[in-house]
Amino acid sequence: MNKSFVIGAGLSVVFLLLALLSFVWTPYDIETLDIPNKLQGLSGSHLLGTDHFGRDILSMIMMGARTSIAVALLAVGIGLLLGVPLGLIAAAKHGSFLDELIMRGNDLVFAFPSLVIAILITAVFGASAINAIIAIGIFNIPVFARLTRAAALPLWERDFVLAARVCGKPPARISIEHILPNITNLMIVQGTIQFSLGILAEAALSYIGLGAQPPTASWGRMLADAQTLVSIAPHTALVPGFTILLMVLGLNLLGDGLRDWIDPKLRLIRT
Amino acid sequence: MIRYTFGRLSSLVISLIVASMVIFLVIEVIPGDPASFMLGINAREDTLAALRAEMGLDQPLVIRYFNWVLGMLQGDFGNSWTYKTPVAELINDRIWVSLPLAVYALLLSTLIAFPAGIYAASRRGSAGDVTIIGATQLGVALPNFWFAMILVLIFAIKLRWFSAGGFPGWDDPLLAIKSLTLPAIALALPQAAILARVMRSSLLDMLGEDFIRTARAKGLTRRQALWRHAVRNALIPVLTIIGLQFSFLLAGGIIIEQVFFLPGLGRLIFQSISARDLIVVESVVMLLVFTVIVVNFAVDLAYAAVDPRLRSRA
Repeated sequence: MNKSFVIGAGLSVVFLLLALLSFVWTPYDIETLDIPNKLQGLSGSHLLGTDHFGRDILSMIMMGARTSIAVALLAVGIGLLLGVPLGLIAAAKHGSFLDELIMRGNDLVFAFPSLVIAILITAVFGASAINAIIAIGIFNIPVFARLTRAAALPLWERDFVLAARVCGKPPARISIEHILPNITNLMIVQGTIQFSLGILAEAALSYIGLGAQPPTASWGRMLADAQTLVSIAPHTALVPGFTILLMVLGLNLLGDGLRDWIDPKLRLIRT
Repeated sequence: MIRYTFGRLSSLVISLIVASMVIFLVIEVIPGDPASFMLGINAREDTLAALRAEMGLDQPLVIRYFNWVLGMLQGDFGNSWTYKTPVAELINDRIWVSLPLAVYALLLSTLIAFPAGIYAASRRGSAGDVTIIGATQLGVALPNFWFAMILVLIFAIKLRWFSAGGFPGWDDPLLAIKSLTLPAIALALPQAAILARVMRSSLLDMLGEDFIRTARAKGLTRRQALWRHAVRNALIPVLTIIGLQFSFLLAGGIIIEQVFFLPGLGRLIFQSISARDLIVVESVVMLLVFTVIVVNFAVDLAYAAVDPRLRSRA
């Protein structure tokens, strides 16, 4: 058990629990406005203060955690679900036209920064959390496809795969039964990293108005609302910002910790 | 090298063609054509048809695609439906904010990351190394638009060293650079954190290589071996990351421009989205993707120029 893993897992679990708790309880209802109490600082009744509508910021952070986690998780899901099979196929058919096609396709998607994908999708379908998921998800596909292919290629040279081929197993079955279990760990580590990037991307997209729309709570939009208030009520910007920072930091540390734990060789290099 | 360049060049052209098709088709699937959008729901059928003919929307898809691409090749991006001016002019006005911002940020990112990465790797395990790793861990997790807001709060609102936003134009270059400084720092710092980590780990890999031991055995000091042999070789992977970062900085600039109210491509693209001025969206997106593809091509070539082993791979 290393320090990164413990701190990272701790932070991640706290945010996950906050998000889960918000389904049954939040300190205040964020849909009721309480204008007389707007822009209150941190206090006993409002632990993290209130925003320009008098809404409790802690409650909004809890509801926003749901949005962030859901968007990032589903975007990683899209990346895994489409990217891993593509990578497996490319590795199984290494050197073929199909392999070339998949890798060139990956290069092409890489030429579209995730923000540009989001802009295109928003221009077509309008802004929503779903479209943010799709945009970040598309960006994740080539990440997982490349990693899968790179990890699967050396496995295809190994004796146990050769044995499976001698037994007459078709490439598709070898990919699923022998290659996939050997790259799962790697995918978990990369998934954690993409998850943290997804949190950042979701915040950025909803900040510029391309993500979750009101009344869905979102950390990015809390920051957009806070922009004009930052000089009179700095906490409205500081609280959501530090929330994003801590969540992303936690996930990155978790990813680092998992990698060290899964691959002891790397742990030796680091210490 | 010539064969390698030619191979990369042909894949560059193919990428550009496919990317332009994708962008064109995505914009094409939007329900309702621009003519009906401009005239509203009460438009008469014959006015609509006349406008469609004027805008060339009555022609088949393939013809319109070729017109669009051929136009762009000649610097003609069509006319904006809302501004009524050529898109090329709109882009030309804004690119002189977005491009300098990205270059400025790239420069800052490199200037921060190189010394930090080299220092950390050469004093591995020291307090300085640990501090730098910790700082990069924070930098990677930092949302750049929030960091930008904090910079505004501290340096514009509290200290009044910089203006909180806006862009005075290039008439006074110093003033222009000053107004791009906070945005560039906000963009650069998270990227510098990534670059410093790559620099550090790449340099550590090199320091473990046999040729460093040989250099040391020949009597070079640690410092000489580091600067003459390790840093130079460690730069190769760093170069790729710098190329990738340029596209991140250009796209990320779109968000940072919003924080600082800069009249760049980001502002243009958001105004065009809300006005459904799709020809502008289409052209700006194509321009961004074009830049990314060309920069990556240039990095590949630079890579091959530095490392002859890569040329045979083409």
